[in-house]
Amino acid sequence: MFNGMMKKLLILVALLWWQMGQAAPLTIEITESEVGALPIAVVPFGWQGPGRPPAEKLGAIVDADLKRSGRFKTMPPKDMIAFPHTGSEVDFRDWRVLGMESLVVGQVQPNSAGGYIVRFQLFDVFKGEQLAGYSIPTTARDLRATAHHISDLIYEKLTGQRGAFATRVAYVTSIVQPDGRRTIALQVADADGHHPQTIVTSTEPLMSPAWSPDGLKLAYVSFERGRPAIYVQEVYTGRRQKVASFKGINGAPAWSPDGRKLALTLSKDGNPDIFILDLARRTVRPLTRHYAIDTEPAWSPDGRHIVWTSDRGGRPQIYRAPSTGGKAERITFEGRYNARASYSPDGKMLTLVTQVGSDFRIGVLDLASRQLRVLSDGALDESPSFAPNGSMVIYATKIRGQGELAAVSVDGRVRQRLALQAGDVREPAWAPYSQ
Amino acid sequence: MKLKTIKFVLLVAAVLLLGGCAAMQKAPEEEGPAPVIETQPPGPSESGAERGGDAATSGMERGAAWTGSPLENPDSPLYTRVIHFDFDRSEIKPEWRDIVVAHGRYLAQNPSVTVVIEGHCDERGSREYNIGLGERRANAVKRLLLAEGAMQSQITTISYGEERPVAFGSDEASWAQNRRAVFVY
Repeated sequence: MFNGMMKKLLILVALLWWQMGQAAPLTIEITESEVGALPIAVVPFGWQGPGRPPAEKLGAIVDADLKRSGRFKTMPPKDMIAFPHTGSEVDFRDWRVLGMESLVVGQVQPNSAGGYIVRFQLFDVFKGEQLAGYSIPTTARDLRATAHHISDLIYEKLTGQRGAFATRVAYVTSIVQPDGRRTIALQVADADGHHPQTIVTSTEPLMSPAWSPDGLKLAYVSFERGRPAIYVQEVYTGRRQKVASFKGINGAPAWSPDGRKLALTLSKDGNPDIFILDLARRTVRPLTRHYAIDTEPAWSPDGRHIVWTSDRGGRPQIYRAPSTGGKAERITFEGRYNARASYSPDGKMLTLVTQVGSDFRIGVLDLASRQLRVLSDGALDESPSFAPNGSMVIYATKIRGQGELAAVSVDGRVRQRLALQAGDVREPAWAPYSQ
Repeated sequence: MKLKTIKFVLLVAAVLLLGGCAAMQKAPEEEGPAPVIETQPPGPSESGAERGGDAATSGMERGAAWTGSPLENPDSPLYTRVIHFDFDRSEIKPEWRDIVVAHGRYLAQNPSVTVVIEGHCDERGSREYNIGLGERRANAVKRLLLAEGAMQSQITTISYGEERPVAFGSDEASWAQNRRAVFVY
């Protein structure tokens, strides 16, 4: 009871802080009970060495990562009764008393190369055993990435599932300039919203970023020449190619799992249909031919199916067909409006936009049971995208008229708003694991 | 008051259009054969509507003749360049039909004029679906323009979906403004 009150108070404080536009860049909002979450204590990492410690608080970054996954209940440092930095300093009785099952300790020290060495250990508190221990050389620039890497190692050790903290997200921002003009940008940031980098800017709309399966390229729609065209850009070199600029709509690019094809929406023949573009041969073949709107294709992870949005039944719903062509099968029946589906990495679920009353929310459809669960509670939620390990869904939401990004654990238990700079933010696409 | 004006103007235009049809048959005697051959699809609306255009812009309300383009005449239905739609719909609602018809006739009378029809949506629903919906709206306008005698080559359509709102609130008033087709001459 007291705990719940305290939590609400803390969230309120965090929100106020966030509203003031101060340093708190990340707001984690616990939306449901933490029953079933693993209790873990991440002790703030120590600093071993001369000079000032780096600004990045590695322990806090790891703590926030684990917390927003929804799988862990982390302990606030103010509730800790000891602050060990190495295994030899740990007295497991302290942590058993506090009900912790796992414990992370670590420290940062300067490296002779001008960088840092980060050491951390993960313990099973009950058994008093070390589960993992690593020493990671890094640089000042990569400290946050190192923290995310540590989160991945802990997550995998404790859940058996690969972590997705050291991944990135692409999204579109719209910022009104002092002269009143809008600048649209395609950006890439860490999965927690930090380190944003702009890879395209335009005064005309940019839309629908889609990662290649190797995480090296982004396909997107740009209106930069006054009409929509689809580009494929190498993220690290900035080199890009225009791959589709037919008459009418060129939209909704989606990569095949082998990275050789794009499913996309073209209206060159009169109305929007799904086409498959062979990137090497530069040929397109139609997948759908229907007078309805057919758009927003997505491939199944095995490449055998494509799902898409169609209003051939009168309202937008999700349909599926073999990627080689064939009969369209409607797969959503619940709700008046279901759109923009994409597969979970294991191919068992779809995340999509679904209308609930007058609101548009993020849902997850179990393909076996056909059960639809609503994960978000906004009025204008859209553009959901699974994390590469399937544990979370990132999506766009609107808060006080401003577009923001949010992430929700697939069980719906933890929702989080992602910190980004001012401006309207939308259309997040979670990058795959880079190869 | 304004609607009345529009209705009156259209009535005058319609009357003159009918007159124009009759005049068509006499035209060769009056003006010689050349102009008829020049115009691309020599339909009855062509010459007749041209006269109607002149009449529609004469200054009965303002007390002085309008000398500029009818597109700039606040009393002309052509002055209205934006029409609106219902949510997830693309039918041209009865209250906007006359506006589109007037644009169609204007294009038919002025074959050298071109127009871009932009289709737009409100922010609800998914973005790429809205691109499709915006195109459907633009195409609905285009079909009516063609039916009124405009030529394919005069009309370009583009859908911006929900990417270019004019009203930024998340309420029905803003959404209604954003669900639109725009004539860009």
